[in-house]
Amino acid sequence: MIKLSVNGKAQEIDVDPDTPLLYVLRDDLQLNAAKFGCGLGQCGACTVIVDGEAVFSCLTPVSVLEGREIKTVEGLGSETDPGPLQRAFMEEQAAQCGYCTAGMMMRAQALLQKTTSPSDADIIAFMEPNLCRCGTQHRVLNAVRKAASLMKTAQASPAKQPAAQGAAQ
Amino acid sequence: MRRRSLGSRLLLGVLLTLIVIVVVAVALVFRLPYSEVATPERTAFDAALINKGAQLSAIGNCETCHTAPGGARLAGGRAVDTPFGKIYSTNITPDRATGIGAWSEEAFHRAMREGIGRSGQHLYPAFPYDHFTKLTDDDIKALYAYTMTRTPVKAAAPKNDLKFPYDIRELLVGWNLLYLNSGAYQPDSSKSAEWNRGAYLVEGLAHCGSCHTPRNSFGAEKSDAKFGGGTADNWTAPALNASSPAPTPWDAEHLATYLQTGFDGRHGAPAGPMAEVVHNLSRAAPADIKAMAVYLADVIGPPSAERKAKADALVAKVESAPPEPARDAGLSKGAVVYWGACAQCHEPSRLGVPFALSSTFSLASPHNALHIIIDGIHPPAGEAGPIMPSFAGALTDAQIVDLVKYARSSFSDKPAWANVEDEIRRIKNGDK
Amino acid sequence: MNALTHKAFSRRSVLAGGGALIVSFSLVSHGFAQDAAASPPKPVKLPGSLNKARLLDAWIRVGADGSVSVMTGKAELGQGVDTALIQLAAEELRLDPKTIRLITPDTAVTPNEGYTAGSRSMLDSGNAIRNAAAQAREILIASAATKLNADAAALKLENGKITAPSGASLTYGELVSAELLHVEAQPKSKLTAPKDLKLIGHSMPRVDIPAKVTGGPAFLQDLRLPGMLHARVIRPPVYGATLQSVDMAQVEKMPGVKSVFRNGSFLAVVAEKEFQAIKAMRVLAHVAKWQGGQKLPDYPEAYEMLQKAPADTITVVDNHHPGTAAKTIEATYHRPYVMHGAIGPSCGVAHYQDNKLKVWTHNQGVFPLQQAVAQLVNLPIDQVQCVHVNGSGCYGHNGSDDAGADAAFIAFNMPGTPIRVQWMRDDEHKWEPYGPAMLTKISATLDAQGAITDWNYDVWSTTHGTRPGGARALIAGWTKDNPFPQPVLKPPTSPESDGNRNAKPPYKLASARVIHHFVKAMPLRVSSLRTLGAYFNIYTIETFMDEVAAAAGVDPVEFRLRHLDDPRAQDVIKLTAEKFGWSKDKLPQGRGRGFGYARYKNSQTYVACAVELGFDRDSGDVRVDRIVAACDSGQVVNPDGLKNQIEGGLMQGMSWTLYEQVRNDGKKITTRDWASYPIMRYSQIPQQVDVHVIDRPDKPFLGAGEASQGPVAGAIGNALANATGLRMRDLPFTRERMRAVMGA
Ligand code: FES
Ligand code: FES
Repeated sequence: MIKLSVNGKAQEIDVDPDTPLLYVLRDDLQLNAAKFGCGLGQCGACTVIVDGEAVFSCLTPVSVLEGREIKTVEGLGSETDPGPLQRAFMEEQAAQCGYCTAGMMMRAQALLQKTTSPSDADIIAFMEPNLCRCGTQHRVLNAVRKAASLMKTAQASPAKQPAAQGAAQ
Repeated sequence: MRRRSLGSRLLLGVLLTLIVIVVVAVALVFRLPYSEVATPERTAFDAALINKGAQLSAIGNCETCHTAPGGARLAGGRAVDTPFGKIYSTNITPDRATGIGAWSEEAFHRAMREGIGRSGQHLYPAFPYDHFTKLTDDDIKALYAYTMTRTPVKAAAPKNDLKFPYDIRELLVGWNLLYLNSGAYQPDSSKSAEWNRGAYLVEGLAHCGSCHTPRNSFGAEKSDAKFGGGTADNWTAPALNASSPAPTPWDAEHLATYLQTGFDGRHGAPAGPMAEVVHNLSRAAPADIKAMAVYLADVIGPPSAERKAKADALVAKVESAPPEPARDAGLSKGAVVYWGACAQCHEPSRLGVPFALSSTFSLASPHNALHIIIDGIHPPAGEAGPIMPSFAGALTDAQIVDLVKYARSSFSDKPAWANVEDEIRRIKNGDK
Repeated sequence: MNALTHKAFSRRSVLAGGGALIVSFSLVSHGFAQDAAASPPKPVKLPGSLNKARLLDAWIRVGADGSVSVMTGKAELGQGVDTALIQLAAEELRLDPKTIRLITPDTAVTPNEGYTAGSRSMLDSGNAIRNAAAQAREILIASAATKLNADAAALKLENGKITAPSGASLTYGELVSAELLHVEAQPKSKLTAPKDLKLIGHSMPRVDIPAKVTGGPAFLQDLRLPGMLHARVIRPPVYGATLQSVDMAQVEKMPGVKSVFRNGSFLAVVAEKEFQAIKAMRVLAHVAKWQGGQKLPDYPEAYEMLQKAPADTITVVDNHHPGTAAKTIEATYHRPYVMHGAIGPSCGVAHYQDNKLKVWTHNQGVFPLQQAVAQLVNLPIDQVQCVHVNGSGCYGHNGSDDAGADAAFIAFNMPGTPIRVQWMRDDEHKWEPYGPAMLTKISATLDAQGAITDWNYDVWSTTHGTRPGGARALIAGWTKDNPFPQPVLKPPTSPESDGNRNAKPPYKLASARVIHHFVKAMPLRVSSLRTLGAYFNIYTIETFMDEVAAAAGVDPVEFRLRHLDDPRAQDVIKLTAEKFGWSKDKLPQGRGRGFGYARYKNSQTYVACAVELGFDRDSGDVRVDRIVAACDSGQVVNPDGLKNQIEGGLMQGMSWTLYEQVRNDGKKITTRDWASYPIMRYSQIPQQVDVHVIDRPDKPFLGAGEASQGPVAGAIGNALANATGLRMRDLPFTRERMRAVMGA
């Protein structure tokens, strides 16, 4: 049994210890946000946050994550009570097909947790590992800028802690 | 009188000798400046000559050293750490004030051959004139044409930060007397034209020995350990002679593939400073790369029968290994990381090189392996080339240690590395 | 059970709960395909796809509880069509868009609208739904007038409630009956006047985005059926190789493995969990022995082959009266094979139970897939159902049909078990049908005044569409035992299709001849990629026009305007030039500006586009800094959605133009991941991308999803010529190519 903490919730999972986190999230925990894009660390569709760092879940064996905090888009809020980054993505309509979006969001979230006011150059450099084929990069930039300001204003609620039920909504 | 006269003659002799020495020394130390010339126009050069210069410049890796990270191309300012302090590369764009826009071809020629700047100052051998001196006049001409037709950029290089007495340029006279063999490459008539072309490039323009040959306490390449392996920016530059650590011996074909395409299935992809070298080589003439490979393969030498047999057995083992580990006894911590992270790409017949075939885990220092794990490999945006993500966020330092220990013991026949933890800290701290 | 599973499974029950209309419904949807084709005399033409599915309740259904469902045969592919269709229906039915339930393509439920392709969704489905909604509204009002005994004109309609001056009211739900909307649509509808529009023409947030940014089940990849197993297919290492032998026993023993399935050269493994399936797939690939395989041409062999291979000749424009020629300009252009390159590799889910095979797919056409799958597994068509669920953007015919068929084929052989097939990254990169390589040749003559006196244009290309082709068009179909032969390519019959899309220049030309050489066969697998031939035809025409303008000594914007009659074309060009700040001033060395224009298919959205870029001769790097575009899509339904599409097209077109080419080593495809097939990353996006929309509420909607790729390619090519003095004939403008062409 491998013990994980995902979006603040303790989980016990029975898989081979080298199973990449992505498959545990999708298969065992039935979370949707992290996506399979390449399984090679080339596209970022699977990005999640581990202890504040953006990480490719497709290349992270699950057992190395024991005792560390994993966060996915489900942990940022829900459709009815979206967190600031989610609100920003909705308001900026920062998606087309949306397949890359959750990965983009987790990478952006990691940046915003480190830097409250990133410059455009900071955002662009940080987002480099994540691909979008639909061409939404400018909208994502706008959304990240907006999220940065939402996070700073008082009315924006901080990222929701346990919200693993997001999948069921 | 006689005595005196003998004495005075002696004195005279000594004086004369001294004068000669002083004159020679002054001549060596104080070199005449070349006067400024008007910056030549592009039309002053034949387009073919400029193109030839571009190809040569790619082999010389000029751009890498003469460009600061994120800075304008060839405008200098990149710091080179030496045991003697920091040296900043100079601006070699044709800007008149801060670059070499006022340099005549003669001045350029002297710099390449003798390491003397236009105004007569001695250049530090971080600029590898000890190699460039081997260039033919024609090739220097082509490089001049190429360099003088780049976009001029105004950018003054920061002042060097060298410890006393290394900040005294005049001392380089002594260094030059000891270590500089100036003059163009002399072909070896017993070898093929291709070999000679390769030797000319490898020993001269490509200055492979600058990194792949160990240096003595004066910062000069050790002539008795040629291509015995050195360092570059703290990366290990593996030996390119008989002591090459490559698990399967290099030959001309694999070397050419590696240098030309940036990936060889038997050896992997370049990383660190070598990645830039190979990236630049993509602009070189393929025949030149092949010639370099032929020469280097000869320097490395054919493998012994024993080494060959060992390598063949290794390849056979790698190719037939099942793509899944035996799990009966459970996996070690390092094996878990390998199978969950690395194996996705590095198991045989996937994308990357199998670890057992890469020299990375057979080097004396874990630096290269750790640096690649921590920073990844990223081709220039928009260009094809191996991609490896950074694992700095996914793996803790302790997990990286587990991984490299596992990899070292599973994929090389060398003893365990010591001080892996310290090395990780150093790398994460910007190699300090 | 998550919501998507629930939705997918319960769609029929939702419909079944809708009241009296349901009874007739299945008759309706079954009847149409045959009816439309067979019944003489020719029926009157109805708007959009109403013409094919002619009853109102094929599109709009009102439940006894007042719930409104809208049916579409067009699929959401990330282009925002679901939202636009809801806007249309809500506008005409005077409803809050939130209350409308959109039923998306499902062969058992929705009208057959063929493929979601060619930027036709708004034309076909949009027009059908808007007109059906308006007509349904009028029928409901008329019925209310009778029941409330009031004058129809005096009734007030609000949120599905119709109120008489007396205060008495009836809701849609109370009014509806079995037959009320089960009537044939009329050719004309009482559409809401442009000045009264409340939803159409206003940006509405996309209905699918909230789930996509909160981790909701938004994609087929997120569909989890009870008891579902995970499958992987092991493809041949190269095209045409056949499976000689494979030791299945050792894989069958692996943890979680439920089945190893082999049929001819179709090899798959089915496991309980996804990563178990992947591990088993790797072992299986390791032990499988393949034989043979065909040769592939890389470049320039592929281009040489294109011109030599047998071809049908299609005359696109035949108006050849050459005038005086003071000057002749000629050029030949090449475009390599290009990938769709979805970020999410294709996925398919299928379940065979009680002699019924149900397939969930993110493809572009559930009805053609239904037919192909029925043929593949040899079932009567009415025992196969295909349901669309959103996937990663596909940009045309990618691996999605194949993945659906893979799942169907495996599930058919494992009755009772839902099977999910997920392609791996290299499956998609190596096996998707690429956008075909193309070659164009053009020559024009100018008179002494610089006017074009003759225009000769030839385009060579294989087909841009290998579906519908039944089971023959599916990889499963040609790798199985008794394989279906590979598709025989047929030349296109309709204008503005396939390789000749936008081959006809939009400009006024006194003499022109345009020929499409339809090449019958080439070794690489190809099919429709967003824009088909239009992207490259527009690239050729637009960069050539620039060259001709330069030869005539006229500013390229001015030159285009002189050769265009259509005022809408003139408007997008003028607006773009104005917003961009187009000027004749010389830019600093290494910088260039360029212009491009096209009307997609010569009948859809107008796009003009101006680009400013920098070229770095040392590295060969082309850096696009600024793009300004203007578009006219007729009446705009969702302005932000339209902008999003145009922007996306600009970015994708830029990536194709600068970076992309499918490569092979003579046998196998070597571009098998994002490392070997780079596409645009963040560091290369332009600093500024502005899209200006011209709304024309009095004009029909025009498709926009494919309108901007060609113009941006033309503009980039022209800006590069402006910066370097060199005309680029070959795509893409990789650094390597730029260095080779430009010299140091
Ligand atoms: S799926 Fe993990 S990086 Fe692409
Ligand atoms: S929105 Fe489709 S890949 Fe990014």
